Amino acid sequence: MDNLKVQTNESGHGAPLKKTFKVNGNLLKTYGLVIALLLVCAIFSALSPVFLQPTNLMNILNQVAINSILAIGVTFVILIGGIDLGLGSYVAITGCLAALFAHPNTYPVIVPILLAVLGGVLIGAVNGFFVTKAKLAPFIVTLGMMTIARGGALVVSEGRPISNLSYSFNLIGGGALFGIPIPVIILAAVFIISFIVLKKTKYGRYIYAIGGNEEASRASGIQVNKVILSSYIICGALAGLAGLIQASRITTGQPNVGVGYELDAIAAVVIGGTSLMGGVGTVTGTVLGALIIGVINNGLDLLNVSSYYQQIIKGMIIIGALLIDRKKTK
Amino acid sequence: MEKKAEYILGMKGITKTFPGVNALSNVELKIKPGTVHALMGENGAGKSTLMKILIGMYPEYEGEIFYNGNKVQFKDIKQALDIGISMIHQELTSIEHMTIAENIFLGKEPAFKKVWINEKAMIGKTKELLDRVGLNLDPKTLMKNLSVSEKQMVEIAKAISYDSKVIIMDEPTSAITDREVDQLFTIIHELKKNDVAIIYISHKMDEIFKISDEITVLRDGKYIGTYKTEQLTIDQLVAQMVGRELTDLFPQKKKVLGEEVLRVKGLKKANAYRDISFHVRSGEIVGIAGLMGAGRTEVVNSIFGLESYDEGEIEFKGKQVKIKSPADAINLGISLVSEDRKRFGLVLPLSVRENMTLPNLHLISGFSQLVSKRKEKNIVNEMIQELSIKTPTGEQLVKNLSGGNQQKIVIAKSLLRDPDVIILDEPTRGIDIGAKSEIYHLISELAEAGKAVIVVSSELPEILGLSDRILVLHEGRLTGELSKEEADQEKIMRLAVGG
Repeated sequence: MDNLKVQTNESGHGAPLKKTFKVNGNLLKTYGLVIALLLVCAIFSALSPVFLQPTNLMNILNQVAINSILAIGVTFVILIGGIDLGLGSYVAITGCLAALFAHPNTYPVIVPILLAVLGGVLIGAVNGFFVTKAKLAPFIVTLGMMTIARGGALVVSEGRPISNLSYSFNLIGGGALFGIPIPVIILAAVFIISFIVLKKTKYGRYIYAIGGNEEASRASGIQVNKVILSSYIICGALAGLAGLIQASRITTGQPNVGVGYELDAIAAVVIGGTSLMGGVGTVTGTVLGALIIGVINNGLDLLNVSSYYQQIIKGMIIIGALLIDRKKTK
Repeated sequence: MEKKAEYILGMKGITKTFPGVNALSNVELKIKPGTVHALMGENGAGKSTLMKILIGMYPEYEGEIFYNGNKVQFKDIKQALDIGISMIHQELTSIEHMTIAENIFLGKEPAFKKVWINEKAMIGKTKELLDRVGLNLDPKTLMKNLSVSEKQMVEIAKAISYDSKVIIMDEPTSAITDREVDQLFTIIHELKKNDVAIIYISHKMDEIFKISDEITVLRDGKYIGTYKTEQLTIDQLVAQMVGRELTDLFPQKKKVLGEEVLRVKGLKKANAYRDISFHVRSGEIVGIAGLMGAGRTEVVNSIFGLESYDEGEIEFKGKQVKIKSPADAINLGISLVSEDRKRFGLVLPLSVRENMTLPNLHLISGFSQLVSKRKEKNIVNEMIQELSIKTPTGEQLVKNLSGGNQQKIVIAKSLLRDPDVIILDEPTRGIDIGAKSEIYHLISELAEAGKAVIVVSSELPEILGLSDRILVLHEGRLTGELSKEEADQEKIMRLAVGG
């Protein structure tokens, strides 16, 4: 990452350096992440001959799809100045819900798909309601919802895995189109839409504005509560989508799945340069953050590093990424 | 239709109660188009509440609002903005990580099909607005890179960008330079020509008399009256606001100066100030004047150890001392009342008692380190009486007190340590005139009791009224020293602008 610093310093010329640095802060951040990602890839391709093979690269994308979709969802909530700690449980309950209606020769595949996403929407709406109307801290609301959703998953599944799912349902997580895994295609669509919404629409602008200064946004005539509520709904809906992919990929509705997913998602967001205080960040950064985590996981797997050490390394990377970020913004 | 011609805005019988408090009772306000209408009153008189009702921030109230002769009732700020009422808020409301253009057009971005932001149009319109308020800045500059006064001018640009028929300006000049004030007044004159009405709120009397056509006075949530500005004198206006004659705002007392307590020699800090030398004697009040950004706060912060300095010496009672942290300064007997009391001075959700004793717990805890509640209550109650702090008990939370009383608590914190030098940075910022007078008397009593006092202030009347000697800073340099006898506003201003 030291290389990165040199790079940014050389990219300016003499006096106007400081100004361009400030103006293009976001862009530089993204470049920094790309460079970090390439660096990590370079290291692993040097250490393992398998790493750069197309099947492995596609495998990485497939593996990061669920975490990336969750991370994009929670980016909306974090940008607006909130947090959602329940993502892993939402994945479990929406996955179970979908699986219940995905047995062969029962319902068309669109039914479980819609149920998973609508389940996520409902969870997000409840979270958003308590945050905006009851004025409860998002940390507490979603902590409660995390337990509620986990319990709900166990209730709907009666505590057992829901297996025997239809072929078409299992394609969602396991199929491919033109050689590209369907989860990767879904991720690409989610990313592109989120990117455009945040960057080009008034709605996206309001997300940043509220995260930057809620009172000022209200004073500018923005219907702050509606926007906050909607951000939780988006987060919930994407968690439902992730739950759907998860259940389909493991061909089971698993009530115990997804423990700790929220932390991986939040880690991706933070590594991606989004401020936990809200108002600053991009989904591009989030996806790059998720990719960096995914590449490191994959690389360490290829090198047969024990999963115990992998956790330690991941933790150090999160703290390290924030340190570099702090140094850059100073 | 006849009505329409006379008043653009009418508020009648406005009553608003908060739990336990009657904030406004039966207040009225009538604004003619194309006029500047000053809304005056002490802090807590209900000006802000009245304005928040007007712009839809408090949708529940009793009474009626008429706009252009029609009765209106706003459910939220958006409705008020849409109909043509905008406001420059007293607290800066910029979003730091967004650009000037994004801030100005927040909530009303030019857009295709109501969804897609038209960046180009937005930047173009922003450029026009910035020209109009005399700011030569790129619309894509981030707000966090602007100075406080530039931010304030952007707020002004934002308020006029709504093309409103009524613009509320709440303390618009509290953070801007004289040149920018002139620019603002030019804009106000233009707006008046276009039949826009301005509701102007300010503590600065000279501005009110310069710019306003009519004045409405509120006191304790009640309507006192509406007057033509030309028919009022400053004294009459103040009397209406405070409800009593306010004589001797500044106490005039003969002073006995004692030994020199503090001397600063050639103090320098890169990018902040240089060559700062002065001294303060026991019983003396030294005022430090200068424009915003002149380095006044930095100098006193360095003396207090809150900021470092690069070169120079500080002598305390004739001995050279090293002050590296506030703890060093406090141990010597120097205390500072910071300019930002909410940030450095008070813990708002704690009680009066807890705030006062926070840095002084050693006074009331013995060897055991346990705090003696009885001693604590005693010293707190003594201070409350001595400084006549208006609070029901020492247990009241500080956030529930008025600005003036909060400031007294910050001062009390320092006094409990019985310091020899007291530095007060902007001691009356945001405090109403009645409480100001009390703080002035308190400062004067401190000097009388033999303390050496340094007062930093942007308000010239305050500096002139209080100080025995006045130091003037300009861009980090000491440009002059004036005695009480020779100082006047003009001389100070000339030194402050570097003349």
